[in-house]
Amino acid sequence: MVSADTLEPSVQPGPPSAEKPLLSVEGLTRVYGKRIGCADVSFELFPGEVLAVVGESGSGKTTLLNCISSRLAPTCGTVHYRMRDGASADIYKMSEAERRYLMRTDWGFVHQNPIDGLRMTVSAGANVGERLMAVGNRHYGNIRRAAIDWLARVEIGEDRVDDQPRTFSGGMRQRLQIARNLVTEPRLVFMDEPTGGLDVSVQARLLDLLRGLVSDLGLAVVVVTHDLAVARLLSDRMIVMKDGRVIEAGLTDRVLDDPRAPYTQLLVSSILQV
Amino acid sequence: MTSPATDAPEPTLARYNFAYLDEQTKRMIRRAILKGIAIPGYQVPFASREMPMPYGWGTGGVQVTAAIIGPDDVLKVIDQGADDTTNAVSIRAFFARTAGVATTTATPEATIIQTRHRIPETKLREGQVLVYQVPIPEPLRFLEPRETETRKMHALEEYGLMHVKLYEDIARNGRIATTYAYPVKVEGRYVMDPSPTPKFDNPKMHRSEALQLFGAGREKRIYAIPPHTDVVSLDFEDHPFEIQSFDQPCALCGGEGVYLDEVVLDDRGGRMFVCSDTHHCESRRAEGHRGALLGDEASADAASATVKEEM
Repeated sequence: MVSADTLEPSVQPGPPSAEKPLLSVEGLTRVYGKRIGCADVSFELFPGEVLAVVGESGSGKTTLLNCISSRLAPTCGTVHYRMRDGASADIYKMSEAERRYLMRTDWGFVHQNPIDGLRMTVSAGANVGERLMAVGNRHYGNIRRAAIDWLARVEIGEDRVDDQPRTFSGGMRQRLQIARNLVTEPRLVFMDEPTGGLDVSVQARLLDLLRGLVSDLGLAVVVVTHDLAVARLLSDRMIVMKDGRVIEAGLTDRVLDDPRAPYTQLLVSSILQV
Repeated sequence: MTSPATDAPEPTLARYNFAYLDEQTKRMIRRAILKGIAIPGYQVPFASREMPMPYGWGTGGVQVTAAIIGPDDVLKVIDQGADDTTNAVSIRAFFARTAGVATTTATPEATIIQTRHRIPETKLREGQVLVYQVPIPEPLRFLEPRETETRKMHALEEYGLMHVKLYEDIARNGRIATTYAYPVKVEGRYVMDPSPTPKFDNPKMHRSEALQLFGAGREKRIYAIPPHTDVVSLDFEDHPFEIQSFDQPCALCGGEGVYLDEVVLDDRGGRMFVCSDTHHCESRRAEGHRGALLGDEASADAASATVKEEM
């Protein structure tokens, strides 16, 4: 929000933060004893950009995602995040309290399995409202209104607001998890195989919804997936991982239409044609 | 405070140390209590001992009492407000025997009051100690099962989850339906379980002149509220904290603004509501107050009072 008096002559039109990355990862390495989780990964993510991390099982995608989302400390390397005040902060130099606060306000994390990201024994409304209460909202009516509003945005009816997620189908749970993460209007969302385990028609609707939300809210997203179709639909850029290392990076269309690394060529040619 | 120099009345019996616990254990418990007082509302782990009673019968409270009691103390023990129920009578007898201390049922005379699930109606004064028996000290337990996680949440003051529980209450019942073990925030910092006292008693904890100590034997935790400490019940702006209210006075002493117990009188639906605090009720009757059931001018059906808010 730019008010009139801050529009000094020096400020040019256009988003001022657009040139500066939201997240910059440098030389990120995580080893498990002698085995490599991920090694020497560097990339930058800009506001509103969707980055897909693809690769086969065991290629280090999830290790990378956990490291950059502060859920798993890296062995070496740094992760810098540009806070709302414009200052860039090393997330592993923050106090744990600051990091956890960031995780439940400015960030979101969508798990592959919604059971990991939801409270299954409290109602859908409370699931969505939890983050609001965690940041100090103490007005029941407002919390409930926000919850119902967000449920509607992810196509869950108002009549389900008091139902527990265990009565929801897999697709609904995943949508509920997304609503729960987006209610504090985060700027950066991490997704770990968000469409995994869903059948194709439900997958398609979820992808449609995600695409809409990402463009409406201007979210920056890091999405981990082994499904190249998901990467093509959602992401602007992608990185391909193999054995813990990035072997190719670039615009999604370029990587998928003109893969350079032999492994990427193999990966792209392995997509089943119906 | 303690002196082990009590002569054994019967030489044939093995002699207990003063107040049952050995001195080393008492020192350990006192250290935990001092730490608890220094950090109001924080749960201090302690090496809880086996006591000659089952878990759930007040082993935590008994250990705290044993650690602080001295020969000059006067002990009162209540169980749901009553001085004359099994638990209260046994614990009182236990300390009368192992510590030789004077016991009382009169709240103002007691220096230490051990309680299960009530705070006396008589306002406590400076110098008195209220010892609570606590079954589950962790207010977040049923929301977050991992102890490692709840301790982190306390450390980082992440208490949003507590309001999730209250939200669920309102969503299901239209109001905050938690009526006992109602969570409080102590001195603006720690969220604490006040033990299963009715929420009616929560306001009495706020800036109390007495020292309040909480002992959980099975869970091995001690926590404390020093005198004059802020104790605020959690709520929502549009659903503020309320205590239970009763639309009839006590059937025996006619007392109002007190917490009442329902007592079933017969098998035809007859029942009465009487003070849960027996000492309060008895002293009012001694002063000449008479409730409906003690039969003066009041009608008989006044006895079948109904509670406005379910207990």
